[in-house]
Formats: sequence, structure tokens, C-alpha cells
Amino acid sequence: MATESAETADGGLVFHPMDQFIVKPLFGHGEVGMFTITNVTLWLFLAIVAVVLMMVLGTSKRAIVPSRSQSVAELAYGFVYKMVEDVTGKDGLKYFPYIMTLFMFIVFANFLGLIPMSFTTTSHFAVTVVLALSVFLTVTVLGFVKNGAGFLSLFWVSSAPLALRPVLALIELISYFVRPVSHSIRLAGNVMAGHAVIKVFAGFAAIAAISPISVLAITAMYGLEILVAFIQAYVFTILTCVYLKDALHPHH
Amino acid sequence: MATETHGAEAVSTCVDSHGSAVGMPQLCGDWIGNQVFWLVITLVVIYFVLARIALPRIAAVLAERQGTITNDIAAAEDLKRKAEEAEAAYDKALADARAEAQVIAQKARDDIKADLDVAMEKADAEIAAKAAGSEKAIAEIRDSALANVEVVAKDTAGAIVAALGASADDAKIAAAVDAQLKG
Repeated sequence: MATESAETADGGLVFHPMDQFIVKPLFGHGEVGMFTITNVTLWLFLAIVAVVLMMVLGTSKRAIVPSRSQSVAELAYGFVYKMVEDVTGKDGLKYFPYIMTLFMFIVFANFLGLIPMSFTTTSHFAVTVVLALSVFLTVTVLGFVKNGAGFLSLFWVSSAPLALRPVLALIELISYFVRPVSHSIRLAGNVMAGHAVIKVFAGFAAIAAISPISVLAITAMYGLEILVAFIQAYVFTILTCVYLKDALHPHH
Repeated sequence: MATETHGAEAVSTCVDSHGSAVGMPQLCGDWIGNQVFWLVITLVVIYFVLARIALPRIAAVLAERQGTITNDIAAAEDLKRKAEEAEAAYDKALADARAEAQVIAQKARDDIKADLDVAMEKADAEIAAKAAGSEKAIAEIRDSALANVEVVAKDTAGAIVAALGASADDAKIAAAVDAQLKG
């Protein structure tokens, strides 16, 4: 990063906006191996805890007239259920638990990342690429299993003039393989950019003259990041639904 | 973060000697394995928690609530229907009672009229009898008065005859008085 060494000689104005994304062991200072318990592990674990708290403990009373936590859990359920139903149709509903898993994980990881000093797991491409690739592979395999070679009609736009179809097929093919890239970078990029910007503003707070502006800017960015945290989870989920719809109904 | 510059030996190619990130930590290959490993575990755990516990439970609660609402609406409809029936029954009972009251009143009126008629008839008969008795008594009185007049006339005639100095027997006087009375 260019801001990495933006240090002024006198004031000690130091920007390290990317340091918040460093993966480090939770215990000790050793190297990060595959199975090392790191800050990633901690915040992923907290995401699980949050999901369990809301979706399991929140609904443990099974009340007909729901408590606050139960109605939030029901709201999340209804939100994703309706999304899957509206976008993919009735036959997409059997994949609802998978999509719900994606949504709950992303939304909680994003919001946990907004806690000051926390580590944002979804700001890492390693995480979002795994999510996006799993969606991409699942959807592709599902498309071929459900439709056989008919899945390829997704690339053959039958409503276009015949002469244009090979060109469109090429474009469709490229766009299909770009999907996991855009799918993952959109999420990680949004989350990372917001957090880095907040950190840059926080660096400016060291200068007394502009610190009020800096604090205001951080507050405004934080508000925006709350929106982004939800919207990106929503976007990721609804795109997953769209891709799933393509796999189930490839015909335009 | 300026506070994280406590000197530590670089344990990764992505972190410099001050503990700051070199380039984008997102692109650091050293950590990918760790992240992917824990992410997969996390996703599997969340999936099982949701698919086995949370989602069936919420689905059951929602279905139960839907059922309860449907039942309650049906029960409300039922109660409304019952209320309407009860109202109809009440109206019918009211109409019946009114009709019965009318019948009873009519009967009572008829009974009284019959009683009244009988009493009137009886009273009329008594009045008629009394009138007849009175007439008879009047006739008797008139007859006896006439007879008395005859007797008095005869007596008076006899006395007048005697006062005139003549004598006449009673039979002549009676015949003369009768003749006068008839004439």
C-alpha cells in the first residue's frame, strides 16, 4: 500500500490501515500454520456463537407469540426463505439451508467485524473465494446433474438472432467464469475498503486540528459500513440464488 | 494501528519487522491454508446448527402459528355463526310469545264476552220477568180499583138514594150502577 509508509517526520502521523487484516496466532508469536489457532479462528468461532445465540437460543421457547430475539430469528428466516422462493422458485427451496448458512455467516462475520479492534474474516479473499467457489462449483455441477447437456443452453441465447448467437455464447461463457471472481471480490473488497478507510481517518485523528473532522468522518463511515455489512451479505446471497436459478432453469 | 509496532521478529513474509503488514494481507499466501481450514469448519458447524436445529424449529413455530391463526379465525367464524343462530332463536321465541299472548288475550276477551252475554241475557230475562210482574200488579191494582169504584158507587148511590128519602133495594141500585158504568 502507498499509505503504508506515509509518516510525517514531526507529528508521528502513522497510517497502517492494512494492519488490522494481519492474521496472527492467538497464543504466542509463532508462524501461522494450517491448524494454528489464530485471530481468524477466534472471529469465525464468534460468528458461530452469534448464529447459535440468535437462531437456536433465541428460538428456544418456540413461542407462538414470539419474543424479541425469536422474532429477529424468524425475520431472518423469512427474509432468506422468501428470497430463495422468489428468485429460484419452489424447487430451489430444498437448497434453502445452504443459502441460509451463507447468509447467516456473512451477515454475522460482517457485523462482528464492525466491533472496534475486531478482525473481519470476510475482508479476506481467502474466505470469500472459498464461499464463491463453493457456490460456483455447486451450481455448475447441479446444472449438469439436473439438466445434462441442456445446461449448456444457458450459453446459447435462443431469443437472439442466429448470427449473433456464437458471439453471445462466447460472452456468456466468459461472464459465467467471471462470476466467482466478481462474487468474491465484491464482498471482500467492499468490507476491506470500508475498514481501511475508517483506519485512515483514525490515523488523521492524531492531529488535533483535524481530529473533530476525523471523528465525524469515522462516525459517518461507520454508519455506511453498517449498511454495507448488511447489503453485501444480501447481495452475495441473492446472487447465489440467481446462479442457483440458472442451474435449475437454464433456459432463458 | 500505531500501537502494534512493538518489535517482533518477522514470522511471515507478509509482516515487516515492526509487525506491520507488507502489501495487502489479503494477498498473503502464508495464511490462506489456515483461513480456509477454519472457514470450512465454521461453515459446516453453522450448516448443521441451522439445518438440524434452528431451521426446522423456526419452520415448526411458523407453521404452528399459521395453524393457530387459521384455527382462531375458524373458531371466530363459528362463534359468530352461533351468535347469529342464537339471535334468530331469540327473535323467533319473541315472535312466538307475542303470538301466544295475542291468542291468550283474544281468548280472555272471548270468555269475558261470553260471560257478559250470559249475564246480560239473564239480566234481560229478570228485567222482563220483573216488568211482567209489575204489569200484572198494576193490572190487579187497576182491576181492584175498578171494583172498588163499583162498590163505592153502589154504596154512594144507595146512600144518595137514602138521603133523598127514597128507598131502593140493593139489587136495583147495583143494576143501575152497572148500567151507568158500562154506558
